[in-house]
Amino acid sequence: MYTSITSRRSFIKKMATLSAITAAATMFPGILFADEQERGLPTNGNLDWKKAPCRFCGVGCGVLVGIEDGKAVAVKGDPKSSVNKGLCCVKGYHSVMAMYGTDRLTKPLVKKNGTYVETSMKEALDLIASKMKETIDAHGKDAVSIYGSGQWTIPDGYVASKLFKGCIGTNNVEANARLCMASAVTGFMTSFGIDEPMGCYDDIDHADVFFLWGNNMAEMHPVLFSRILDQRLKRGVKIIDFATRTTRTSMAADKSILFRPQTDLAVANAICYEIINNGWVNQSFVEKHCNFNKGLTNMGYGLEDNYSFTDKPEKISFEDYKNFLEDYTPEKVEKISGVSAKDIKYMASFYGDPNKKVMSVWCMGMNQHSRGTWINNLVYNIHLLTGKISTPGNSPFSLTGQPSACGTVREVGTLTHKLPHGVVMNEEHRKFAAEIWDVPVENIPSKPTYHTVEMFRALDRGDIRFMWIQVTNPMVTMPKLKRYRDATKKEGRFIVVSDIYPTPTTDIADVILPSAMWIEREGMYGNSERRTQYFEQMVEPPGEAMSDTWQLVEVAKRLGFEKQFYYNEETHIEEIYNEYRRHHDNKKHNMAPLEVLKEESGVLWPYVDGKSTKWRFNAKYDPACSNGEDFHFYGKPDGKAVIWQRPYEPAAEEPDDEYPFWLNTGRVVEHWHTGSMTRRIPVLHKAMPHAYVELNPGDAERLQIKTGDNVLLTTRRGKITLPASVNERGVPTPNQVFVPFFDENMLINDITLDSFCPISKEPDYKKCAVKVEKA
Amino acid sequence: MPIKSYLAHPFEGKKAELVKAISVIKQCEVIPAENRDVLVVVTETYSREEEDLLKEQLEAISSLKLLAMVSGFNTPQKH
Ligand code: SF4
Repeated sequence: MYTSITSRRSFIKKMATLSAITAAATMFPGILFADEQERGLPTNGNLDWKKAPCRFCGVGCGVLVGIEDGKAVAVKGDPKSSVNKGLCCVKGYHSVMAMYGTDRLTKPLVKKNGTYVETSMKEALDLIASKMKETIDAHGKDAVSIYGSGQWTIPDGYVASKLFKGCIGTNNVEANARLCMASAVTGFMTSFGIDEPMGCYDDIDHADVFFLWGNNMAEMHPVLFSRILDQRLKRGVKIIDFATRTTRTSMAADKSILFRPQTDLAVANAICYEIINNGWVNQSFVEKHCNFNKGLTNMGYGLEDNYSFTDKPEKISFEDYKNFLEDYTPEKVEKISGVSAKDIKYMASFYGDPNKKVMSVWCMGMNQHSRGTWINNLVYNIHLLTGKISTPGNSPFSLTGQPSACGTVREVGTLTHKLPHGVVMNEEHRKFAAEIWDVPVENIPSKPTYHTVEMFRALDRGDIRFMWIQVTNPMVTMPKLKRYRDATKKEGRFIVVSDIYPTPTTDIADVILPSAMWIEREGMYGNSERRTQYFEQMVEPPGEAMSDTWQLVEVAKRLGFEKQFYYNEETHIEEIYNEYRRHHDNKKHNMAPLEVLKEESGVLWPYVDGKSTKWRFNAKYDPACSNGEDFHFYGKPDGKAVIWQRPYEPAAEEPDDEYPFWLNTGRVVEHWHTGSMTRRIPVLHKAMPHAYVELNPGDAERLQIKTGDNVLLTTRRGKITLPASVNERGVPTPNQVFVPFFDENMLINDITLDSFCPISKEPDYKKCAVKVEKA
Repeated sequence: MPIKSYLAHPFEGKKAELVKAISVIKQCEVIPAENRDVLVVVTETYSREEEDLLKEQLEAISSLKLLAMVSGFNTPQKH
């Protein structure tokens, strides 16, 4: 049917109006618009609207995707989704456009004599399977590995783990979430014995005060930040930004408090000191529900190959803990952190006020930290001491960056030590997984092998010879990148990369597989608040592109595991999900049936008796609580959470005379991580075409650097030149520079340091020493 | 080129001012809620430059407290 552009545009405008009115109705029940405005609004038009979780960040907004003639052409926030209540951010809107870049990979490519040759999918998969067999025969099972992603769907990660851990028999399974969430996991495990936040996004509607711990929410979690701002409009809540850099978040906050890099450890302890010193401890909560522990200190930073560390927790008394905190009076900490004693007392006063509900929110600032596990523990300490936890609005909340860092990497367990339920070190857990996977228990090795940094070091050393990389771009994101890039190019290494666009990582591949993206296949993601969300296949993938799940299934069959990979092509996602659910079939982690996920805009696990669990460990909301008390921290054998004695220790590399600045790296709102998708969207590329280095205005003046001038950054790993940005988007504290990492033409990770938290093994991308000069 | 819709929140007591400020922008349609301090804004632009300018123009409005995006339509150039 012919439709003129004008009438089509006016029709679309009406649909856009309708979306906004619907979203407003969700956010403001009872809201009224003038009758004439609502008259004549179309309901659907000729677009077919289908629900999905957003492809991009870990907020996990529910979106509705408009499909027309087999193509995704529109996105709107799903008003039925309790995550975003109809809102959607600029990245979410552009997510459909990310599928239609002109250089999508559509055919498998195999490197022959230094050039890539197109081949059929069958041949490429045959080659991958035969290379894997060859490598295992020549070098053993631990010479093959897979490196996946928090952007893997749940079925992708599940079949990867089943193939490598269960069938091949190696724990060489890692994912890029090690680089962003591992400290959150070890934080939860050490404090509570079970992973993932106790609360949910509904906490935003109840909290009175929001502390953002090194979290630039306005840019990184824009929809959640809009929800907080909305609460400020409605209820006058307070937002306190605690960071090392002034950002858009700081500008929107009620108060911005800046600290010297790494000293958040000292400030968190000082807050605890204040809570105890002022008698704000919730005595009965602490007595009933908490233990006090200390662990080893001076752990090192993981800079050397084969570094290993195991903590030795030891019980201590409340008195011991109190004595330890004497080193962290606000006055003493002011000297370490640069935060005034007054501001520390100000922060503590909100946590200590029994009439204020407090939400602490964090993401990369606390996780990409050479003491990442500790700082996670310390923020939990504050909430545990005051009993402000697991109730609506009282919520320590670790946000994720990727759409399924929780759903896939943490819940399916695609990390070297993990199984879907439990860890490889535990015999019972191995038996349980082996039974569901239909493999002999002896197949699953009892020792973890390599965490991500060590996995790339093993590739460099030659201990690993084959690596399959899916949905991630480590040749932009690995710290101290040059060493690991050179490793991939060494003789006798075979690298397979599955992706949707060419990247610096496909550049080092021996085989490139074109992947189906997001709604070009069926799958599920799990967001930051334990919400599992399903999406159906809505459009066809281009050319021979295939889902990562099915690529792995095809290779597994070629390796002789037909029995374990019995799935049918048409129904495999359902079969895989149903099998996966068996691993979590208990009150503490039950996953909703697929029919429920198809029906609803996501469901929070544990899903028990047809209901999501919004607040874990609280007997009023969580059916897994069984101790007869109000709270039950059932992740720990004695049902008690742990308050940890963790000191302030410096970072691995701090500024000195030769390298007098801190180098901090991170993301920008326009780009999704390494920009492989968003740099192909003209509007986003134009808004943020290349990386830059942000300087403090005082430093810039001293060095006579203006915005746009070239600046030479030198670290012990190398040099890079970038244009300066002074007093623009963000302003770092004095003696600190900030560089975003998205730009493959200005690879900041060539000069970062691969130090990591000894407990979580997550690298510290926020701190190393750098020299700054006008180029 | 894109058609987008937003919810615009005015500063307290500035709703009428905000409606007025947005109404005069030719690429915007504004629909105020009758009983709440929020407006629906629909924008329509024909080029990227125009869209960038519009965004700047909206963000500069002093009575605007928060602009939250709701939907975006990328209208294909076809008949
Ligand atoms: S906030 Fe995150 S999940 Fe929500 S629309 Fe934006 S990118 Fe997508």
